[in-house]
Amino acid sequence: MSIDFIGVNLQLLDGFKYTLILFFATLAAAIPLGLPIAFGSMSRFKPIRLITRAFVWVIRGTPLMLQVMVVFYVPGLLFGMPFKSRMAAVIIAFIINYAAYFSEIYRGGIESIPVGQYEAGQVLGLTKTQTFFKVILFQVIKRIVAPMSNEIITLVKDTSLARVIAVGELIMAAQDIVSVYGLLWPLFYTAIFYLIFCGVLTLLFGKLEKKLDYYRG
Amino acid sequence: MAILEVKDLKKSFGKTEVLKGISFSLEEKNVLAIIGSSGSGKTTLLRCINMLETADSGLITVDGSAIFDGDSDEKLTAQQKLENQLKIGLVFQSFNLFPQYTALENVTLAVKAHAKSRPDFKENHKAIYKEIDELGMSLLKKVGLENKANNYPCQLSGGQQQRVSIARAMALNPKILFFDEPTSALDPELTGEILKVIKSLAAEKMTMVIVTHEMAFAREAADRIIFMDNGVIEEEGTPEEVFDHPKSERTKAFIAGYTEV
Repeated sequence: MSIDFIGVNLQLLDGFKYTLILFFATLAAAIPLGLPIAFGSMSRFKPIRLITRAFVWVIRGTPLMLQVMVVFYVPGLLFGMPFKSRMAAVIIAFIINYAAYFSEIYRGGIESIPVGQYEAGQVLGLTKTQTFFKVILFQVIKRIVAPMSNEIITLVKDTSLARVIAVGELIMAAQDIVSVYGLLWPLFYTAIFYLIFCGVLTLLFGKLEKKLDYYRG
Repeated sequence: MAILEVKDLKKSFGKTEVLKGISFSLEEKNVLAIIGSSGSGKTTLLRCINMLETADSGLITVDGSAIFDGDSDEKLTAQQKLENQLKIGLVFQSFNLFPQYTALENVTLAVKAHAKSRPDFKENHKAIYKEIDELGMSLLKKVGLENKANNYPCQLSGGQQQRVSIARAMALNPKILFFDEPTSALDPELTGEILKVIKSLAAEKMTMVIVTHEMAFAREAADRIIFMDNGVIEEEGTPEEVFDHPKSERTKAFIAGYTEV
């Protein structure tokens, strides 16, 4: 059996499709979900703060690969309800993991806003919610673009961990080619896919940073 | 009737008693300057009146209604709190402008937010916003910055930023305007433009309370002077009384210290 260059690309693209689904599904859910977790870890109500911070500690303190396996296997082992979709299990594990990381970036961003901004909102008669959404949030976004772009570029490469429960993402697709056709190069060739994807993201984040650069402070 | 009345106001931070029973009143259209050394409690007093800090006990009345009553357990509703907050305006030492908004947007932001609760907002919002923008422009004109309306705070000098923040506080049409050391964060050559704006407001009979280190300015612009020391009002009176004929030894020492410099 043999496969040509175009055939390799088509097979890899098929795997890359799952990489993209995992990437965008994780972002779409983890970016908003990080906000309530950030508020939880800043809560003035101590039990909520402690529980949230313990959760973030566990998620950041254990390997994502292990988390993927836990999410996939534990429901079946404990409750007799195994995951029907491997992809769903990976997406859930990734969302939880990335929401925890994002929440810490948000928390750092929110805490870096000077207290005077909140006080100015208060003396102008704005409610806390109005102050947050009209005054604080935008400044936080500007401050977290750089750390967020870093984390999001890491997510591109973390998607390869999905193969640990046999989700056919890019690396797994390449390994299939290795074992079926005895060709090694497609495995290394996957780097091109990651590089192009990360390159596009870097350009986009650069544009966003420039766009937010119209003011300082 | 006095527009502002403070009675036996006390405030501690931990074990440190910062305000040890402050009482004074201010007549409408008067300018009050509060002077005193750092740590005398003048900024804390201002922050308590502006509800950025909650006093421990005492009474604060603005325009006939109690905005803080240490003896009352009654909780104010959000609406009452808002009404109280809007009776007073505050200009901060460090401006605290919103950096992502232009000068004009800084001035109009809160006014526009409050306009949303007007019953005619839905059908008239374009006209209302236009009216608010015109108000904002007229206030910027008043502080001499109509040509900077579309600049961001980072493009303005410290003095210009402070003038925008005065316009922002004026936009809500407060009964009393408070200033917390409005020139302390500025280079000396920029303080003049702020003092000029405050004087022009005084000429328009705006009721103002100014915490300041600018003794010459306090003497010139204020109708009343309060000298605070160590959490109490050590001396109170007209500028002539406090500056020229101080009764208390501490006031004498403080004023002598300033005139020597």
